[in-house]
Amino acid sequence: MPDDLLRLSGLTKAYPGVVANDDVSFDIREGEIHALLGENGAGKSTLVKMIYGLVKPDKGTMTLRGAPYAPSEPSAARTSGVAMVFQHFSLFDALDVAENVALGMENPPPRHDLARQIREVSETYGLPLDPSRTVGTLSAGERQRVEIIRCLLQDPKLLIMDEPTSVLTPQEVEILFKTLRQLKAEGTAILYISHKLEEIRALCDHATVLRLGKKVATCTPAETTARAMAEMMIGSSFASPAAKHTTPGEVLLRVDNLAMPAPGAFGTPLRGISFELRAGEVLGFGGVAGNGQDELLLALSGERTTKRGTIWVKGADVSRDGPVDRRAAGFLTAPEERLGHAAAPNMSLTENAVLTAGRRQRLVKKGFINWGRADRFAQDVIKRFDVRTPGTHVAARALSGGNLQKFVIGREVAQNPDILIVNQPTWGVDAAAAAAIRQALLDLASQGAAILVVSQDLDELLEIADRFGALNEGRLSALKPVAQLNMEEIGLMMGGAHDMEATHVDA
Amino acid sequence: MIQLEKRPQPSKAWTVATPILAVILTMIFGGIMFSLIGTSPVEAIRTIFWDPLFHPQFAGFSRPQLLVKAGPLILIAIGLSIGFRAGIWNIGAEGQYIIGAICGAGAGLALYPMDSALILPLMIVAGALGGWAWAMIPAMLKVKFGTNEILVSLMLVYVAENLLASVSSGILRNPEGMGFPGSRNLSQWSSSQNLELIPNTGMHLGVLTAFIAVILAYVLLTRHIQGFNIRLTGEAPRAAKFAGVSPARTILFCLGLAGALAGMAGLFEVTGPAGQISIDFGSGYGFTAIIVAFLGRLHPVGILLAGLLMALTYIGGELAQLMLGVPGASIQLFQGMLLFFLLGVDVLTNYRVRIGKGELA
Repeated sequence: MPDDLLRLSGLTKAYPGVVANDDVSFDIREGEIHALLGENGAGKSTLVKMIYGLVKPDKGTMTLRGAPYAPSEPSAARTSGVAMVFQHFSLFDALDVAENVALGMENPPPRHDLARQIREVSETYGLPLDPSRTVGTLSAGERQRVEIIRCLLQDPKLLIMDEPTSVLTPQEVEILFKTLRQLKAEGTAILYISHKLEEIRALCDHATVLRLGKKVATCTPAETTARAMAEMMIGSSFASPAAKHTTPGEVLLRVDNLAMPAPGAFGTPLRGISFELRAGEVLGFGGVAGNGQDELLLALSGERTTKRGTIWVKGADVSRDGPVDRRAAGFLTAPEERLGHAAAPNMSLTENAVLTAGRRQRLVKKGFINWGRADRFAQDVIKRFDVRTPGTHVAARALSGGNLQKFVIGREVAQNPDILIVNQPTWGVDAAAAAAIRQALLDLASQGAAILVVSQDLDELLEIADRFGALNEGRLSALKPVAQLNMEEIGLMMGGAHDMEATHVDA
Repeated sequence: MIQLEKRPQPSKAWTVATPILAVILTMIFGGIMFSLIGTSPVEAIRTIFWDPLFHPQFAGFSRPQLLVKAGPLILIAIGLSIGFRAGIWNIGAEGQYIIGAICGAGAGLALYPMDSALILPLMIVAGALGGWAWAMIPAMLKVKFGTNEILVSLMLVYVAENLLASVSSGILRNPEGMGFPGSRNLSQWSSSQNLELIPNTGMHLGVLTAFIAVILAYVLLTRHIQGFNIRLTGEAPRAAKFAGVSPARTILFCLGLAGALAGMAGLFEVTGPAGQISIDFGSGYGFTAIIVAFLGRLHPVGILLAGLLMALTYIGGELAQLMLGVPGASIQLFQGMLLFFLLGVDVLTNYRVRIGKGELA
């Protein structure tokens, strides 16, 4: 069958306690964009890791253009023409673009030739990128281009992309889609993993749906609805967040001309950020990654204290207070990075519950931890937010990204905060779980909490926020009611210094 | 093909089994080594592990030595392990041990020859304070200027050693010692002596303190929020900051505690087994305790067992040199093997070994 590029038959991979992939078979045709859909933990990552040679299947075979294909390591996969762009970039901040590209190649050509090749590829595919820029200074979208160009230089037959649009602005997404369609036209097949079902409808030719490690359905995305695909993924129907209508109450959080120097060589300084957050209100901050989101969270959580008079909670100045005092005042935060920041990877879920809830949930008495109480609190969070885990004793790192996300957001929501700041609350979470998290945030607001959602997912912000602002290079744009905004305006609010013109190439 | 596959979480069973496996492997490979140098492996291993405790002739002397040697190792290692859990690398316990002994002995000798039951407790407090103050130097420098505590605490060991040489031939020198360097004998002065609590067991106040420290450290690490914060700091420093743990306070607490415990260990040693401040008082306990702390997996109970095991190989090693005439280097090699295997097989707690199914070429 010359039409099939990669044929998977009966792929099975079991880990202790869980079958990640169970007898999965499907074909990827030459030059098609094939979507791989599934909830968190459905086995998508394991499957692509097998295709990319990172994991070896227990059972089953693959054939690439009719020949047996069993890569023992990623370099073997690359040699066979399979390339992959990961969700988390593997780039070195301190090196420049060309050096980073060279590091990922088997036999990098001399620097001069490589720089020329990078320029050629970047022009051909409309991905503006200067080979001599230091990666630390690039936006998330530009970093992704480095990864993509690294793959394209090896002339792949199959390109695997894991959640490529989660860090991009709408304009950057358009550029990426143009590139992907061009690749498709040239005969490169693409295996595309995403939770954004509208994107898949716009881009992909076929879709394979995984659920609990098994292939449960195939469909043609353009001929089906996003909702139908989501229901195939979870195997049942689910409710979209119900819009809420509350009138904003008193000001709970006031940020007044907040400024902070950049925390490191590649951080972003905060410049004169001011806003007010009222009871019952959901405020949304958009912006391309690396424009001060993480720094704003550090300043609001109390991990970095700021000048007196910059952060006010219910009329009291908390600018110099640490995280513990701020939590005591009902001011809770959830940072973006789940592992290592919001949660300690090697500690159990019970221990991770103590991490932020110790004082508010009275898990600690006279300095001694009440482990029974802590465990019950962790169980509550797990039950309320449908965290899939064998139990509270499990280490945080053993949970899939989406499940851990549900846990760390749930941990803060369950503490009934007066003010809750969340960064990327549904990042890497499947549709049903994302809907549940958003609903929880809306419910909290309707009970009178003030909520700030910082996110790169614009659809999410438009869905739940009352007012919208964009962060750009550490500055906050004017805040506008969401009802009066369209995508184009938002893009302009976010854009600013980052050049999104597809035709422009830095020479 | 042998492959290592990361476990989703550390295996509890292997955490317990790896030390036993390591001891068995050491016996096998140590036995091979001893047979290569012409000594009966069975006899050598029996002399090292069995005779110190059960030999009809020598055990009477060497059995109490087990606790005498293990006591300071455990006490110091407990203090170090708590810092290590937080990622604070105090490797200057030897210096804190020496300064503790000097301060404690100095406080006692200032009152010589007064006769009071309060002198020994006073000396213990002075010893702990001395060790604490010595550890505060790297702690404060780290908090204020971000210096590296590894380098500062290590260099302060050499400062302490020179101070020791200076005071034992200067200010603390025994006026009745006919000019020999070294202080009065504190174990022979009734107010300061730290005698065996139970005769012929080696159990003196320092050993008792070490056992109490094991229990308190266990409670601290498993039940108390301070211990939780320490573990959190070591596991995920950013998560600890997010939780609201102050890095500066953690540094001061961990270094201070380790210094105080090492200082007390020094004081118990100088008033008991060593007897006096002398130039060669520094015996390396502070460094060996680092090994004990890691052998014990930074766990209080593990450290208790590791301290006893370390002490046993020292005593058994000396016995083997004496009785079998094996060279000292072979004993060191044997101890090195034990460390090597203990740390090496630890990989099994976090990884499972897959012995390859035939790979498609």
